[in-house]
Amino acid sequence: MKKNWWKILGALLVAYSIVAGFLFAVPAQFILHETIRNLYFHVPMWFSMMVVLGVSATYSIKYLSNSNFNHDIVAAQASNVGMLLGVLGLATGSVWAKYTWGAWWVADVKLNGVAVSMLIYIAYFILRGSIDEEQKRARVAAVYNIFAFVMYMVFIMVLPRLNDSLHPGNGGNPGFNKYDLDSTMRSVFYPAVLGWILIALWLMTLKIRTEKLKRKILFND
Amino acid sequence: MIEQIKQLVLKEIKLEMRNKYALGGILLYVVSTVFVSYLSFKKIINPSTWNALFWIILLFASINGIAKSFISETRGRLLYIYTLASPQAVIISKIIYNSLLLLLISGLCLLVYSVFVGNIIQDIRLFLIVLVLGSFGFSSLLTMVSAIASKSNNNFTLMAILSFPILMPLLIVLIKLSKNAIDGLENWDANYLLILMFINVIIVALSYLLFRYLWRD
Repeated sequence: MKKNWWKILGALLVAYSIVAGFLFAVPAQFILHETIRNLYFHVPMWFSMMVVLGVSATYSIKYLSNSNFNHDIVAAQASNVGMLLGVLGLATGSVWAKYTWGAWWVADVKLNGVAVSMLIYIAYFILRGSIDEEQKRARVAAVYNIFAFVMYMVFIMVLPRLNDSLHPGNGGNPGFNKYDLDSTMRSVFYPAVLGWILIALWLMTLKIRTEKLKRKILFND
Repeated sequence: MIEQIKQLVLKEIKLEMRNKYALGGILLYVVSTVFVSYLSFKKIINPSTWNALFWIILLFASINGIAKSFISETRGRLLYIYTLASPQAVIISKIIYNSLLLLLISGLCLLVYSVFVGNIIQDIRLFLIVLVLGSFGFSSLLTMVSAIASKSNNNFTLMAILSFPILMPLLIVLIKLSKNAIDGLENWDANYLLILMFINVIIVALSYLLFRYLWRD
C-alpha cells in the first residue's frame, strides 16, 4: 500500500479529469465549441508520451554506461508505452482536427512531427527484432534510441518555433490559457496531466515486470 | 588522433580508387535517375516540384552511396582497423570521406539535373551553401546509421527505414532553404541556416560520443 499510493492517485486523477472534463463549464468559443474539452485528453497524452520517451532515452544512456541488462528492458518497454500513448494522442487529435479544421489530417509541422515519431519508434522495434544476440541488440538499440530521440526533439521543439502552424499555441494561434479566464480549465488540465503521467509510468512498470518474468521463465527452462 | 584520421581517410580513398566500379556505379545511379525523371517530367518550371525532386534523388543516391561504408567492410579488415585506431578516429574519418563522396555526388547531381530538367535557381550562391551543408549533414547522419544497420541481419532495408525518420528534420530545413535560393528571395530567414548548422553539429557530436559503443562485437 505504501509503495502503491501513486498508482491510486494516478487512477483517481484520470477518473476526475474524465468526469470533470465532460461536466464542468468551458469557455464558449466560436468554431471550437465543446471540442475544447479535448485539451483534457489529447494534451496530457502527449505530455506523458514525452515523459516515457524521455525515460526510455535516459535508460538507453544508462545501459551504455554500465551494461546492466535491466536498463535495456526499461528502455524497450518505455518506448512501447510511449508508442501506445502516441497512437492515443494521434487519434484524439485527429478527431478534434476533423471538427475544427475540417479534415482528419492536415499538412502541418506539428502533425508531421507525430508521423515522424511513429516512424522512428517503429524503426526502433524493427531494429530490435532484427538482431538476435541479446547484448549486441541492447547496445545497438540503445545507440539508435539516443540518436533518434535527440533528432526527434530537434524536430518537435525547434522546427515548430520557426514555422507557422495551425496548432493551438503555435504560429499566433492562442493556447488554452487565453480563454481560461476563471481558471476552471486549469483545475482540470493540470490534474489530468499529472494523472496521465502516473498512469503511463504504472503501465511502464507493469510491462517491465512482465518482461522480467518472461526472461526468468525462459532461463529456468 | 589527427594523424590517424588522415591515414584512415587516405586509406578510404585508396580503396575507392582500387575498385572504381563502386564509385562509378553510384555516379551512374545519379545520372540515370536524373535521366529517368527527365523522361517522365521533361522540363520542370514549378519551383516546388523541381526542389522536391532534386532532394529526393539526392536522398536516395546518398543512402545508396553511404550504405556500403560499414556494411561492405569485411570482418577481418574491421578487426585490423580496430586494433590500430581509436573509435573516434574511425567514425570521424568515415564522416570526412563520405562528405567528400557526397559533395561529388551532389555536384554531379546538380549539374546533370540542371542540364536535363532545367536550371531555375536564381540565387546560386545560397543554393551551393545549402548543398554543401546538406551533403555534410546527410553524410554524417547516414554514416552513423550505416554503422548501426551493419550490426543487424537485413541491413540494406534497415538502412532506409532507420535513416528516413531521423533525416526528416534535416531534409525539411534543406528543402525550405533551397526553395528560398530557387525563388531568389532577398530577405530570407537566416535562422534556418543556423538551425542547419546546429543540426550538423549535433549529429557529429552524437556520432563522436556514441560510436565507441557500436564498433566492438
